[in-house]
Amino acid sequence: MSAINELRHLKGGSGQTTKRDGKAALVFLAPWFIGLFAITAGPMLASLYLSFTKYNLLQPPVFTGLDNFTRMFTDERLHKSLGVTFTYVLVSVPLQLALALALAVLLDRGVRGLSFYRSIYYLPSLIGGSVAIAVLWRTVFGTDGLFNVVLGWFGIEGKGWISDPDTALWTLILLNVWTFGAPMVIFLAGLRQVPGSYYEAASVDGASKWRQFWSITVPLLSPIIFFNLVLQIIHSFQSFTQAFVVSGGTGGPADSTLVFSLYLYQRGFGAFDMGYAASLAWLLVIIIGAFTAINFWASKYWVFYDD
Amino acid sequence: MTDLLRRDDTATSAILAAPTGATRAPAGRRSRGFSPLRSVIKHTVLIAGALLMLYPVLWMVASSLRPNDKIFTDPSIILRDFEIANYVNGWNAFAEPFGHYLINSALVVLGCILGNLVACSMAAYAFARLEFRGKKWWFAIMLVTIMLPIHVIIVPQYIMFAQLGWVNTYLPLILPKVLATDAFFIFLMVQFIRGIPRELDEAARIDGAGHGRTFLQIILPLMVPALGTTTIFTFIWVWNDFFSQLIYLTKPEKYTTPLALRAFVDQQAATDWGAVFAMSVVSLLPVFIVFLLGQRFLIQGIATTGGK
Repeated sequence: MSAINELRHLKGGSGQTTKRDGKAALVFLAPWFIGLFAITAGPMLASLYLSFTKYNLLQPPVFTGLDNFTRMFTDERLHKSLGVTFTYVLVSVPLQLALALALAVLLDRGVRGLSFYRSIYYLPSLIGGSVAIAVLWRTVFGTDGLFNVVLGWFGIEGKGWISDPDTALWTLILLNVWTFGAPMVIFLAGLRQVPGSYYEAASVDGASKWRQFWSITVPLLSPIIFFNLVLQIIHSFQSFTQAFVVSGGTGGPADSTLVFSLYLYQRGFGAFDMGYAASLAWLLVIIIGAFTAINFWASKYWVFYDD
Repeated sequence: MTDLLRRDDTATSAILAAPTGATRAPAGRRSRGFSPLRSVIKHTVLIAGALLMLYPVLWMVASSLRPNDKIFTDPSIILRDFEIANYVNGWNAFAEPFGHYLINSALVVLGCILGNLVACSMAAYAFARLEFRGKKWWFAIMLVTIMLPIHVIIVPQYIMFAQLGWVNTYLPLILPKVLATDAFFIFLMVQFIRGIPRELDEAARIDGAGHGRTFLQIILPLMVPALGTTTIFTFIWVWNDFFSQLIYLTKPEKYTTPLALRAFVDQQAATDWGAVFAMSVVSLLPVFIVFLLGQRFLIQGIATTGGK
């Protein structure tokens, strides 16, 4: 069902090629081929080269060997940014998926008005990445924002959640968790495939709902949980808009919202430090690749495929 | 029925369950675990959750219709003083009327939708129906590009488009779509075409149709749902896109809606929140409308391919 499963099942080439198809394929794939080489692969190679250079757009690139990469070890803003990004991803993705799964299970058990609830819970996923919502977040969690007013009702004194370096990142994490609707819809589709007879049989055997969830739902849904996990991690590592708008482009206060993409943007398009920005981009690819690889490796131990 | 199941001892429930246990018919799903109290609790939780989720958005809409000095003192979403002034102020608070930026965004979105529809459906047809050398490898490459972060190509891409003199035009935003770089949609369409019976293609072939005609007259009309999903996702993603627009558009008159909104916030921050909210609502309105009209396509799309 997913791109990930496709990749899992990919085996050697089929071989047989008819001349007619080959020509037609060239025509049908022409835009994609041009795009692949000119927009994707070409720039990728170029950025690999640039990552070994010093380049400010005005003078031609100067080859500097591994300088950009050794610079990473002493770049304290980068270290800060990595910490921020890891916290952001590792906290928000599990929370987001847990909420998505919980809601999906709740909605799956024959709720009247399913499509209504599904739409409501899904809506934030569509608008969560927009500038408008980031602006809203900035005001809701500001010193005199809505959140503090509500806290005030319970006698809790609020603060400027976004101007405090200790809490600013958590407002962004909350915003990411808020968009749990997309994985929820995928879970709902997956739950449809779970035969009802399994639950009937389990309740006959006296298994509690809780037990049924862990022994039936989770194993049968594990390929989809895995898929959502991989996808959301990749997605969250690239998060940019919210941090940019909430911090006014600075990643502040005290770099506490300096997510990786934002730092890369500042180096590349703020300081025109293009060589270093390219090397940062490759660092991001390596990090995302490593996380994905770990996920695939770990999936052997908890994901059940029935094929 | 399952109400009985729950209360009775296991022996009777086993008998009762036997005939219905095999399939999970819609009726069975609905009744499983039904009891009025449970149901009330569940709906209360769901409604409270939904309200909590949407409250900030509803509050923004309410605040946009409030006098400016009331915004931060009124946390409710009930309107007592209704006024439209924020919308009038906000609309005219920019160098150009806000409509200018909406049109800019619409142009970019339109170009991207057309690009994605044409280029991705062509590529999808090739991957789903044609046999050619190295197909599996190309297909694998296509799948991998779905997961590739944009950052790794953005720097050289920017340099390339800058040298072509395309900064502050919409070409860097639209051209990649015309060249089918949104591989997610190729994948979505491949999945869809695979579900169309091959007999239809073969019948067309016997009638002498080539691949061009088979694609245009058989496959395209049948893949309208996939094209619908593509249209709606492209609309929403491009409408909300900020990163690439921020990089390629620096002249205020070229700004799209998100860029204008962000520039406005940074200038007006502490002063005119009413206008900021009003224009935020305006900027979200097209997304809401598309969501309402295209919900079915959207939900189907994510359910079958697992989009974001």
